Amino acid sequence: MPTPASTAPTPGLGGAARSRPPAPGRRARRRRAGGHLLAYALVAPAALFYAFFVLRPIVASAQYSFYDWNGVTTATWAGFDNYVAVLSEPKLVGAILNAFELILYFSIVPVGIALFAANLIRSIAASRLAAAARTVLFIPQVIPLVAAGIIWSWQLSSDGLVNQVLRAAGLDAVTRAWLGDFDTALPAVGVIGAWVQTGLCLVLILAGMTRIDASLYEAARIDGAGPVREFFSITLPGVRQEIAVCVTVTVISALASFDIIYVATQGGPGDSTLVPGLQIFYLAFFEREIGTASAFSIVLMALVIAVVLPLQRLLRGSES
Amino acid sequence: MIVSRREKIIGRVILVVLMLVTVLPFASIFVTALHEPGSYPRGIEWPEAPHWENFALAFQSADMFRLLGSSVLIELGVVPAAVLLATLAGFGLGHLRPPGARALFVVFILGLTLPFEGIITPLYFQIRDLGILNTRWAIILPLIGLFMPFAVIWMRANFATIPKELSEAARVDGATTWHLFWRIHIPLSVPAISSLAILLFLWTWNQFLLAIVLVADPAQRTMAGALGAFQGRYGTDIPLLCAGSLLILTPTLIVFLVFQRKFVSALLQGSLKG
Repeated sequence: MPTPASTAPTPGLGGAARSRPPAPGRRARRRRAGGHLLAYALVAPAALFYAFFVLRPIVASAQYSFYDWNGVTTATWAGFDNYVAVLSEPKLVGAILNAFELILYFSIVPVGIALFAANLIRSIAASRLAAAARTVLFIPQVIPLVAAGIIWSWQLSSDGLVNQVLRAAGLDAVTRAWLGDFDTALPAVGVIGAWVQTGLCLVLILAGMTRIDASLYEAARIDGAGPVREFFSITLPGVRQEIAVCVTVTVISALASFDIIYVATQGGPGDSTLVPGLQIFYLAFFEREIGTASAFSIVLMALVIAVVLPLQRLLRGSES
Repeated sequence: MIVSRREKIIGRVILVVLMLVTVLPFASIFVTALHEPGSYPRGIEWPEAPHWENFALAFQSADMFRLLGSSVLIELGVVPAAVLLATLAGFGLGHLRPPGARALFVVFILGLTLPFEGIITPLYFQIRDLGILNTRWAIILPLIGLFMPFAVIWMRANFATIPKELSEAARVDGATTWHLFWRIHIPLSVPAISSLAILLFLWTWNQFLLAIVLVADPAQRTMAGALGAFQGRYGTDIPLLCAGSLLILTPTLIVFLVFQRKFVSALLQGSLKG
């Protein structure tokens, strides 16, 4: 992730010793040591909470992942069996593949819509309508994801709003219970995710576009550049950082999705909308396969890092 | 900027369409909530006799007062403590910068992209061993820890941008570290602190996974966790479920509309830095 202030670590800078008029060496040293002690004491409570409730569970996950354990009786050593299961059992591999398919709906579709729409809205970004839109489009980001799931389960049901609109358009043939159909359940869950994420992406990218120097566009138009050319050579490079942020946030939300799917489909029908988060939850708390659940957790964490790190490099790194 | 009329009209049309897509689902469940309890309404359709009493019914069935109370207690446990810890640590890492500050900072960054599902299994056993399973502490304490990466990085970035000259001038005037912190850095950090508080409030209120795994009684959960239980119980009574969902959404929406500017800018900055 980004490191805002990338100054080299210069010990003592900003500490007591530097800003004071030169004092005898020993006193300064003692003062500086006292300052360091204070600094560590200030960081300690946050670090302890973090270590105890985040780092310790991660280590425990790694440890459990090498055992066969039902959470009650004695655990037996399992070596890499749990990892082999996660990466070979069709059901578990399927959950991982579903998560990657969700990236399309949770990330690529919203960022695409946001780029397209923001480019067209750019010229009226300061209007009253745009200000109202900023508020309205943010609502899906503010409500609990569970609520988004419940609201949309109803819209996507056989008598819901989506089918009502389709019937009005004369498309009776395609209407169905979108979340209950093997072929459409995952894309339907994706629609919910896209609905949640598009507003954030749009507002973020629009903010980036309004920061682009207007004279660049004037120069391009004088040179006879069309809107497409303008978009690719001025707008897109100008919002590169915002795109990076949107892609990172939404990709994590796809790989780690849980709330929406838990209320909308519970992973079904069959395993067609099963995702890693839900599978870990089922393995650990229903099937009592703590070892497999933990191995899956480690794989999920590794996947998120493996996807996010290259994204950061690709979209931010080569800027300077 | 040279902008044609047509471009402006297209822009307006797109904005209106996007807003409609955002709002229509809410309108739909609002209308559905007014239908007869137990009935199975179709799409958006105004009922012949609106059943406004459904909201009162859902309010009672969901035990809204207790839910609100529970969520508020959890918020009070998480937000002030997390903001305080992050502010202290941010000052330590961003301003005092003892040796090793950089390494500590990197350790916090590691937790930034962590999916909560990744640690939920061992966390369950850890919370059980602490003897706080099924109490609000089971949500409060882990959430403080889980928020630390973001919160500490956020506050560190804030203290790192406060001009050094200010601190140095104060030091020359004989200010102690405490004075420097309390009289100079904190007043300058009010916007960052309040944005952080808003974000943490929202994330706590909407926390679902920890609530359903670590607390069995919905009345001890967060609002989002309680909503999940409400769906389980009233999933078949669509009008009542819609009325309950709207009720559970209302407090968030009110808080959002009151602080909307602050919210939008906090979330934007939050995602930019995260």
